[in-house]
Amino acid sequence: MSNVEKMMSAEEKEALEALLFQLADDDFLFSFRASEWLGLAPHIEEDVASSSITQDTMGHAAMYYKLLEDLGLEKADDLAHLRSAEERKNSIITERVNGDGYYMDTPQYDWAYTVVRSYFYTQAKKVKIDSLRENCSYEPLVDLAIKINMELYYHAMHWKVWFEQLLSSTEEAKSRMVNAIELVVQDMGDLFSYGDQKEAIERFGLIGTEEELQEKWMEAMRPTFEKVGINLPEIPSPKLNGRNGQHTEELQTAIDTLSEVYRLDTATSW
Amino acid sequence: MVAPVTNVLSSAVWKVLESVKDPEIDTVSIVDLGMVEKVEVEPDQIKVTLLPTFLGCPALEIIRNNTKNAVMELPDVKHVEVEFIYSPPWTSDRVTENGKKGLKEFGIAAPPRHLKEDGSWHVDCPYCESTYVTMENIFGPTACRSILYCKSCKTPFEAMKPVSTIM
Repeated sequence: MSNVEKMMSAEEKEALEALLFQLADDDFLFSFRASEWLGLAPHIEEDVASSSITQDTMGHAAMYYKLLEDLGLEKADDLAHLRSAEERKNSIITERVNGDGYYMDTPQYDWAYTVVRSYFYTQAKKVKIDSLRENCSYEPLVDLAIKINMELYYHAMHWKVWFEQLLSSTEEAKSRMVNAIELVVQDMGDLFSYGDQKEAIERFGLIGTEEELQEKWMEAMRPTFEKVGINLPEIPSPKLNGRNGQHTEELQTAIDTLSEVYRLDTATSW
Repeated sequence: MVAPVTNVLSSAVWKVLESVKDPEIDTVSIVDLGMVEKVEVEPDQIKVTLLPTFLGCPALEIIRNNTKNAVMELPDVKHVEVEFIYSPPWTSDRVTENGKKGLKEFGIAAPPRHLKEDGSWHVDCPYCESTYVTMENIFGPTACRSILYCKSCKTPFEAMKPVSTIM
């Protein structure tokens, strides 16, 4: 145990763990949903690009779980695979299916939805990572944010290009994108929320406040929305708050699928 | 005296690490890639500290094992610990001159040192040196590489993606 951890009060440690679970579960579920696109993306170059982004993002989730393991919790693989839906702290936006169907059967996934979700989520992640790099009181998380930021740079650029191009394309593309924006925004209410831990997470200076980060996200998105000529949507208050363990059925099916092999034998090295 | 022995062993470890290649690019070692941050000779073990190029790189565990096995080959070494840390972060300017040569030999352009204001970057073709190339995909077959095409010799090639703390 390092000196930093020894000095940390039980309350501060609880707040830090809560934040780490939110960051870890967000990236884990987001990259799981993205991985379901493997082999199905619109063209071969996109398959290479989005699977590369997904691999990076899964790596980020693994590092957050590792920080939790280092704080004395279960090992990272168990934290990722063996926690129930009620214990998960990811935002609703990350657990949603990619569209109708199942990738083993007849997937009819929605690329517009994926572009919008990925762009909005990645920009939110960028805002959080910047805040962690500059303000976080827990040094190991600052170091990790600095490393993640270098990879995130390419991810954010990628989704922004897709977003702008589809919205500057045919009428059909535009109307699909506008529908997708509506769907994604409905689930964004908890993306900047810290749930029940808001007061403690903010008081211990682990990351910027919910309001500050949401405002930064709006600022970052504004020029893009102006460029494509549509209005920046209002983020609603959450109907379900994933930060407090409230989720849709879609999270349960995701967990059942992603942990199926791991649960067969948790002692084996997969 | 202990110190000279320690130094000799430390040099021997660095030397043997030059034989540990990137599992996916066998012309460059982890030393050439700038992945080796520290070698520490402790009384009962050798500790090697490595920096991951990209956090999700699936080759990391292979590199960890290969590093451990290579150092274990040295006489009188009983225990080896290999640790990955991400502070300082690995950046593409850590690739050595020797590393750049090795990448080129493999058909991979070295990571460019300079980014333009809009974040874009340029490399020349590693085969014919032409500057007349196009970016096909910023993402490539592995997390650290991009795919380009040379319009002069009409050959697809890859480049190691630049990453830095100013991004």
